[in-house]
Amino acid sequence: MIDTGSVTALWWAVVLSGVYHGINPGMGWPLAVSSALMAGKRRSLISALSLLAAGHLLAMMAILLPFSLMTALVQRENELRISAGCLVVLMGLYLLINRKHPRFLARVHPARLALWSFLAAMAHGAGLMLVPIYLGICGPDSLDGGHQAAQALMMGNIATAVSVAVVHTIAMTVAGGVVATIIYLWLGLKFLSSTWFNLDIVWALSLVMVGVFGIYGALAGH
Amino acid sequence: MQIKPDPTFHATATLAMQAPVENYGFTVMLSPDGSQSDGIAVVDLNNESPTYGQIVHQVIVPNKGDEFHHFGWNACSSSLSPLSGHAFLERRYLIVPGIRSSRIYIIDVKDPLQAKIHKTIEPEELFAKTGYSRPHTIHCGPEGIYVSTLGGGGEDGTDGPPGIFIMDCETFEIIGQYEMDRGVQDKHYDFWWNLPQDYMVSSEWGLPPQYENGVVPEDLLSNKYGHSIHFWDLRKRRNIQTIDLGEHHQMALEIRPAHDPKKSYGFCGVVVDTTNLQGAIFTWWRDDDGVWQAKKTITIDPHPADPDDLPELLKGFSAVPPLVTDIDLSLDDRFLYVACWGIGEMHQYDVTDPMNPVLTGKVALGGIVSDTKHPNGKDFAYGPQMVEISRDGSRVYWTNSLYSTWDDQFYPDDEGGQMVMARVGANGGLELDKDFYIDFPKGYRSHQIRLEGGDCSTDSFCYPSV
Repeated sequence: MIDTGSVTALWWAVVLSGVYHGINPGMGWPLAVSSALMAGKRRSLISALSLLAAGHLLAMMAILLPFSLMTALVQRENELRISAGCLVVLMGLYLLINRKHPRFLARVHPARLALWSFLAAMAHGAGLMLVPIYLGICGPDSLDGGHQAAQALMMGNIATAVSVAVVHTIAMTVAGGVVATIIYLWLGLKFLSSTWFNLDIVWALSLVMVGVFGIYGALAGH
Repeated sequence: MQIKPDPTFHATATLAMQAPVENYGFTVMLSPDGSQSDGIAVVDLNNESPTYGQIVHQVIVPNKGDEFHHFGWNACSSSLSPLSGHAFLERRYLIVPGIRSSRIYIIDVKDPLQAKIHKTIEPEELFAKTGYSRPHTIHCGPEGIYVSTLGGGGEDGTDGPPGIFIMDCETFEIIGQYEMDRGVQDKHYDFWWNLPQDYMVSSEWGLPPQYENGVVPEDLLSNKYGHSIHFWDLRKRRNIQTIDLGEHHQMALEIRPAHDPKKSYGFCGVVVDTTNLQGAIFTWWRDDDGVWQAKKTITIDPHPADPDDLPELLKGFSAVPPLVTDIDLSLDDRFLYVACWGIGEMHQYDVTDPMNPVLTGKVALGGIVSDTKHPNGKDFAYGPQMVEISRDGSRVYWTNSLYSTWDDQFYPDDEGGQMVMARVGANGGLELDKDFYIDFPKGYRSHQIRLEGGDCSTDSFCYPSV
């Protein structure tokens, strides 16, 4: 039986990963600043952030929903958690080795913010980072398909996936929105380049770490 | 690995103007007859240095006959684009193409005094991967480095139209042609863009047989050089509109968009109007319906002259044309500098209202007939040509050679390379600095200038100036 303490910790991980994605310039807040400045309206900051959020949410769903369906299909939850963990580790290693930026992102029209945000999240494995956390929240009980009706189980896991994606995206949008607003209203664009740190390696290592955590959780039976 | 963006990348043109001033300049050294190897001269521009205003280092390439002309950076402020995620590139390499050999050198200038060749791309690779030849203008943009070419395939560069190709900005591998749909575009010269608004503008000079062995007078008088500008959907790579400036507006060359990406206008210089020998500047802009427009907003008259004082090419006209061969726009989009290579003048226009430019400064130097001397008493060969403005807008540098074979036609008695500098008054006005005068080593001419940390014809900004 999973204890409530570790579930709470996992929900905090969902929120923190959102904050982490939000302040990373690679996930789009500079786009919100630039579209607000190009339009010359404060309102555009909000609409740009909403579009970025929509794209990010979609990318999270696109990754989490297939996993929630799989929870109902696999017999042993540990296999799923371990293979998901390996997948996330592999994505991290791939990003560590292949340091070239995905060129196709630069070809998206600057006004298509939701599409850009979706593609950026997919290309950087942002959704994958949530998978081990999500599977941890679903817990051994709900993942052990033998005891419950498969349909009820699946519905519960889909609802959890949606909640995880929504909570994560809200945290991401608030964090990115705060940075964008501070730069737009007070600090000015000089701070754009001074606050932009190269997170490539940290990001890739985060994926590896989350993946390893997922595998460990499965093996330790948490 | 870079942890922070290169300090020479700026989000806006205004921030670039406030940044520390240039300490070095890089200038083309061209051996017009190919008897020596071409090179890049590193010029000391720090006025507190004991070697201020001198060539302090030269990168001389191993081959001969490359004919250096224009060149540019591997990375600029466009790296801060929120879309491309290339913020951690270094502004470190100069991409230097030979327009006669089609060879491209990548020169590492991290330490300007130790600048050296980092990589050489042989012409065969360019031909095979792009079908283009005679690489020319460099800009760093989405997906990598964009290079315009002046020739298509085949020995004389007329097998297929010239165009733009893309290079990887880290490995300098040639990726391939840019164009998906070039429309009617069949000649090429310059190009530039507005990254957030996602458009590009390109211009036309002529095909290689029309320039490599000198200007072809019959082609010029029958209006066969380029006279159109093309507007492109930058990311869809399609020509969306072509404006014919009128066939008598021969050679539409430099494209200078406003640096502030919020603005949807820019300028294009036309070398000569064959009906009256005037030079001209067109302002192009996007109207409220999204349609591109262009209008002639500056004309510069020819100067009457005694045929005895004129080269063979011009004797029949009894006049010397201004020959507008280069233009450059200050980072605040306020002053447009116009090089009048024939009459030997550099003009400064206030273009705060781009539809109504006002002449605010003028310097006479060199010239086919006037042959004005520098304030230091020395000769200036040819006329003012490639012009580059310091980021802060206070200093304007220029050199004197146009293109090897053309220099010899318009200035048969001149020889040599010089680089000079003029200072800009607080509210305009232009005055040559008596003490800044670089005479290039014997046998070399000079062409484009690039300034350390970027200048007014390299960087593309992704955020509006506020």
